[in-house]
Amino acid sequence: MHELSIATSLVSLVDDALESAGEAGTVEAVRVKVGALSGVVVEALEFAWGVAVEGTRCEGARLEVERVPAVVRCGECGAETTLDHPPVFACGSCGRPASEVISGRELDLIALELEQTQATADPAPEDHHAAPNP
Amino acid sequence: MPPRILEVRTRILKKNDEIARALRSRFEQHGVYVVNVVSSPGAGKTELLTRVMGALRDRGLTVAAVVGDLATENDAARLARSGCPAKQILTGTMCHLEADMVEHAIADFDLHELDVLFIENVGNLVCPQGFDLGEDLRILLFPSTEGEDKPLKYPTLINTCDLVVLSKMDLAEPVGFDVRSARANCETARPGVPIIETSARTGRGTADVVAFLADRIDAKRDTPAERTA
Ligand SMILES: Nc1nc2c(ncn2[C@@H]2O[C@H](COP(=O)(O)OP(=O)(O)OP(=O)(O)O)[C@@H](O)[C@H]2O)c(=O)[nH]1
Ligand SMILES: [Mg+2]
Ligand SMILES: [Zn+2]
Repeated sequence: MHELSIATSLVSLVDDALESAGEAGTVEAVRVKVGALSGVVVEALEFAWGVAVEGTRCEGARLEVERVPAVVRCGECGAETTLDHPPVFACGSCGRPASEVISGRELDLIALELEQTQATADPAPEDHHAAPNP
Repeated sequence: MPPRILEVRTRILKKNDEIARALRSRFEQHGVYVVNVVSSPGAGKTELLTRVMGALRDRGLTVAAVVGDLATENDAARLARSGCPAKQILTGTMCHLEADMVEHAIADFDLHELDVLFIENVGNLVCPQGFDLGEDLRILLFPSTEGEDKPLKYPTLINTCDLVVLSKMDLAEPVGFDVRSARANCETARPGVPIIETSARTGRGTADVVAFLADRIDAKRDTPAERTA
């Protein structure tokens, strides 16, 4: 279950992103892209997410997964082919073997959805004191 | 109100990638050729490596290995029979090796003295795939005993491999392994991938694996600065 290790990395990336953006708000959703060739099973990642977020700033946040299909480009005719499951690395146009993967290996954190706070609409000075830096 | 979006856009395995990149440049700098060996549990990684490491050593190369294992130190002891140092990485419940584990494991190796480092991954056909360990070459073993359709069932791992070894070929006949269709299935998942048939019982194929590696090692030496990852 390497998905747990991936979910844990994801939680720590989210923490880093929040910190470097100086965000104190609640995370409502985490958007990721998972390619068909990434070796990650989306259902397993979703399960692992539930475990990895416990006691972190991601607790309660939705994991929004965009699945990216595997696409290869043919070295002979240049055609691009979206592969099925299981993938057969062949050109859909001329039938020759095609090994140049142009998408499907993605395993990316794309963006965070943050709670709309009063503070962002109208930043109040006392907010700076509400969350002091340790 | 629409949600507030904070764009991030980064690889989820960024930390592992960064450590792997640093390892790769250290290996590069010290002229170490690194091989990551993956397979299902019990496919014959340790058997093959023990022979291959001994043979490379006989060619005058300095070879070492690190091996991931959930609970025991047996594999390191077996690999050490090749006459080369081998270090166990106890992975606990981890189903794959990550770059930082390799980094720690090689801490007391003198990289400058080393020519080839083998990394025997944890036996698993799924999990090791996305974890770059800074290797130059990834070898995948499919034993004849697991049937010819394994490459079709695990296409994503094979698609990241540079060499497929069909192992335990001494058992191919008794188990009715169809080697031609196994080769065709590998080709489907990884067009053009080199395939070598081996048996640790009869010694078949060891010399081919050694020759394959020796070629790659020489090629890397001849073009030292070419590979940047
Ligand atoms: N007949 C036969 N048996 C083999 C061959 N290679 C390995 N074995 C046997 O298969 C078993 C597993 O071999 P290992 O080399 O330990 O396999 P491994 O991939 O290192 O296993 P893990 O590290 O546990 O994943 C052992 O009992 C070996 O003796 C082979 O070529 N032929
Ligand atoms: Mg082993
Ligand atoms: Zn084509």
